Amino acid sequence: MKTNSRPLLFFLIIYLGFLYAPVVLLPLFAFNDSAIIAFPLSGFTTDWFSWLMEDESLFGALKNSVLIAVTASFISTIFGVLTARAMARHRFMGKQSMFGLIMAPLFLPEIIVGVSILIVLMQLGLALSLWTVIAGHVLLATPFSVSILTTAFNNLDRSLEEASLDLGENRIGTFFRVILPLVTPGLISSLLIGFTISLDEFVIAFFLTGTDPTLPVYIWSLLRFPSKLPVVMALGFILLVVSLVLLGIFEFYRRRSEALTSGKENSGI
Amino acid sequence: MKVSIQIKQSLDGWRLIGTPFVFGLLLLLTPIFLMVLLSFWTQDYLDLNRTFTLANYKEIFSHPVFITLIKRSVNISLFVTALTVLLAFPVAYYISFYGGKRKSLLLFLITIPFWTSYLLRIFLWKIILGYNGVINSGLISLNFIQEPLTFILYNSNAVVLALAHAWAPFAIFPIYVSLEKIDRSLLEAGRDLGDTAIRSFFRITLPLAMPGIIAASLIVFIPTIGDYVTPKLVGGTEGMMVANMIQVQFSKANNAPLAAALALVSLSIVVLISLVFLFLNRKYLRRQI
Repeated sequence: MKTNSRPLLFFLIIYLGFLYAPVVLLPLFAFNDSAIIAFPLSGFTTDWFSWLMEDESLFGALKNSVLIAVTASFISTIFGVLTARAMARHRFMGKQSMFGLIMAPLFLPEIIVGVSILIVLMQLGLALSLWTVIAGHVLLATPFSVSILTTAFNNLDRSLEEASLDLGENRIGTFFRVILPLVTPGLISSLLIGFTISLDEFVIAFFLTGTDPTLPVYIWSLLRFPSKLPVVMALGFILLVVSLVLLGIFEFYRRRSEALTSGKENSGI
Repeated sequence: MKVSIQIKQSLDGWRLIGTPFVFGLLLLLTPIFLMVLLSFWTQDYLDLNRTFTLANYKEIFSHPVFITLIKRSVNISLFVTALTVLLAFPVAYYISFYGGKRKSLLLFLITIPFWTSYLLRIFLWKIILGYNGVINSGLISLNFIQEPLTFILYNSNAVVLALAHAWAPFAIFPIYVSLEKIDRSLLEAGRDLGDTAIRSFFRITLPLAMPGIIAASLIVFIPTIGDYVTPKLVGGTEGMMVANMIQVQFSKANNAPLAAALALVSLSIVVLISLVFLFLNRKYLRRQI
């Protein structure tokens, strides 16, 4: 290809500028020594971070969010294992439509999911709680877990499983001692994806949250107070750094997953 | 007889998929079914009137407010989709064809800005576009303008900009994947047989990248039409969308049946447009199989 790639590179650089435009403001204003978010910057401070540390309702919201995210990602990963295993190894009636229903939340606007669950809860007279948010987030995260784990289960070398059965291990033992260790990297990616989706999800949480706000719902309430904005910037900066660390771990396990399951191509099936 | 054998064979699969499937039935299908039911009822102050009626739908289609909101949501969403995909394509193309050893680094660079709260990413646009925002204070300090520009925030354009930003990686990745799948020898063959670069792009690269472009379009279009946060933060009254109205009907107006009907009308429009879009592109999708 002899086509000139210069204009494309130029476009890419401008585009990256567009992508980074909002996020570079986070560190700028998180460390800026002024309660008003505007240029020019006035000076360096870490006050906003100490404010954050003293905000007890923030820690309450963070605790709720982490609790919800851990539970939801755990459940969605179990659902993902069940679905991926069924899809990879079994034939059964209604296979495609059952799979379709489980994957459907991917193709629905979140507000529809939130509103429809809220309608059921209202009709049944159930109170909103952390569990209602967890239920909504499991619904949302399961399709992602299923797609990650389907790849993991499809890449599994079937002969390893057969060897284990031939050598006298029963089905349950085979599952826990052969299959599970091989899909562990997939499990970890699924847990992390579910965790990040749940942690950042706002609309469903906004509809289904009771008296205990999640972190995004709490941030939403802060956005109305101009005086709180620098603190929100500091919080956003911390979230960015923490997410990037999580992403690094995720990438590490994804590569391990590829390395572990890539033996399939030359195994002769 | 045959059916019972089929059932027997199915048992293993059902045992596994049963729990997530029932969960989906209870938390997705039943709620949507109930929402349909509710949309045919009406709200009598504090009580529900459970007689079947089309009143909510009539109200939606006779009130200019609702029609305007739905039209605007569809327009914004279509515009965001076109813009996002159009901007994403050259980026994905560069990374796939000229990325070389830096491919994963470039893809990683694209995702970094998206690893902070969605709310904050949208909110930061308010800081960029606002009255005392980055653009205004920048232009004033450079003496280009004396008074802050007010037309850049709180309208549909601001919503489009913020959404096109928020969904960028979701458009880049599917297009990148489809470009990566293209067998480069096809392009060489085309060039050897005398195609110009532009011709081989339109006759080979673009048709083969279509599945990625179609996926990217749907991934962006479906969620943006029901976006609540962006219009609320940067849209003002002029950029309000249907999701905001659904929420208002639900809470302040205390009219859940109308909210349900609005949600269903929007859902039907999303499904309809997506199906038409898939139908129009059927030839590209068939080639893939």
